[in-house]
Amino acid sequence: MTGPYDPIVVRWPQALADHAGGARTLTVDATADGRLRDVVDQLTARVPAVARRVVDETGSIRRFVNVYVGEEECRRLHGLETPVPAGSVVYIVGSVAGG
Amino acid sequence: MRIAIGTRKGLWTARGDDDGWEVSQPLHDMAEFASVAWMPRADGETPRLIVGARSWFWGPSVMVSDDDGLTWSEPESGAVRFPPEADAALERVWTIQPDPREADVVWAGCEPHSLWRSADGGSTFALNAALWAHPHRADWRPGAGGAAIHTIVPRADGSMIVAMSTGGVYRSDDSDSGWVPANKGIRAEFQPDEYPEYGQCVHRIAVDAADPDRVYAQNHGGVYRSDDSGTSWSPIMAGLPADFGFVVLAHPTRGETAWVIPIAPETMFPPEGRLRLWRTDDAGATWSETGRGLPDGHYASVLRDAAHVVDVDGTAVLAFGTRNGSVYASLDEGESFTEVATRLPDVLSVRVSP
Repeated sequence: MTGPYDPIVVRWPQALADHAGGARTLTVDATADGRLRDVVDQLTARVPAVARRVVDETGSIRRFVNVYVGEEECRRLHGLETPVPAGSVVYIVGSVAGG
Repeated sequence: MRIAIGTRKGLWTARGDDDGWEVSQPLHDMAEFASVAWMPRADGETPRLIVGARSWFWGPSVMVSDDDGLTWSEPESGAVRFPPEADAALERVWTIQPDPREADVVWAGCEPHSLWRSADGGSTFALNAALWAHPHRADWRPGAGGAAIHTIVPRADGSMIVAMSTGGVYRSDDSDSGWVPANKGIRAEFQPDEYPEYGQCVHRIAVDAADPDRVYAQNHGGVYRSDDSGTSWSPIMAGLPADFGFVVLAHPTRGETAWVIPIAPETMFPPEGRLRLWRTDDAGATWSETGRGLPDGHYASVLRDAAHVVDVDGTAVLAFGTRNGSVYASLDEGESFTEVATRLPDVLSVRVSP
């Protein structure tokens, strides 16, 4: 069960931990009608070196970065306008690419 | 001497001299390094290594190291970052050019086509607004490698020359006022109008050591020389085994002397599989093959930023890397080469520090 005031937890992979002083999560306050864009704004304000690796200067999510809200990648929902309810977990992962 | 080696996947350095070279372990992985540069510091201090990295996942970064790559720094928000009004995002840093005129000034040529200036040794950069606002910018196109301002020439008289693929050569009296195209005579064989005002795919330019108005250009088809800072160009490729290539290097101290690394345009291999440099000592009137020790049966090319020449106590020291992961260096003005590194990922950028 999650409550209306439960925070949102943002998680990212070890590859980004060096840019966050070793941390791999950030807890942000949920807001009424909060969107993924608000979470990214929090990320930018508090962990800018992680945030700029997730979104570019125009605010777009980088092509090979996937951001899940719960179990669904945000591009399958409403992108940065995807609602992020209290108690959600937002996962940042690199997509399956490279060689 | 030091050689910085940026590859499609990882960064290395090599240190060495007449007695041989020692190559580092990979200093970074999981990122390409399209640009590397050494910035001199005070006598006795390790030169600053500045690199333009790009993670396929996490995007581009510019980082600096003052300890040969052991530790790195960059601003949390990024060193090269488009302002909101530009409505653009940095894709790649194609070249990093320390300014010989001013300590701590470093230039960067980036994708999308943009020129940046740092006044703090490469830690933070500001967009050159005059070139960004140029009315031609909408017509500049990415070459096969990407939209790149790839050569930046700060000149003693305060003026600047840049070259880009595609777009060609542009010149400015002071970099902050207007930029004018400087491509007259350079052929653009890939479009109906073969001699446009701009839009040429110039691969690299280099300035003659003795005459600052004399500039050499390796074009996408054709090698050219200008004797008037790019106002007009004349072909100088007669005598070369191929007129295509990505590299032109001017001798650091001797006028009329330059090297190219020809690539056969129909195959994109070194002509007849012979990886060689071709040298002119008369500003392009004649050319001769050089590069003892370089391989035959070689079918990988040498990319634009993967070659460099510096003056070391009066001798030109050259180094270049290949797309099959070898790096070669010459301590005798390009007469002979030794293999510094092999079996790396494809080499994108090479810079030598004395």
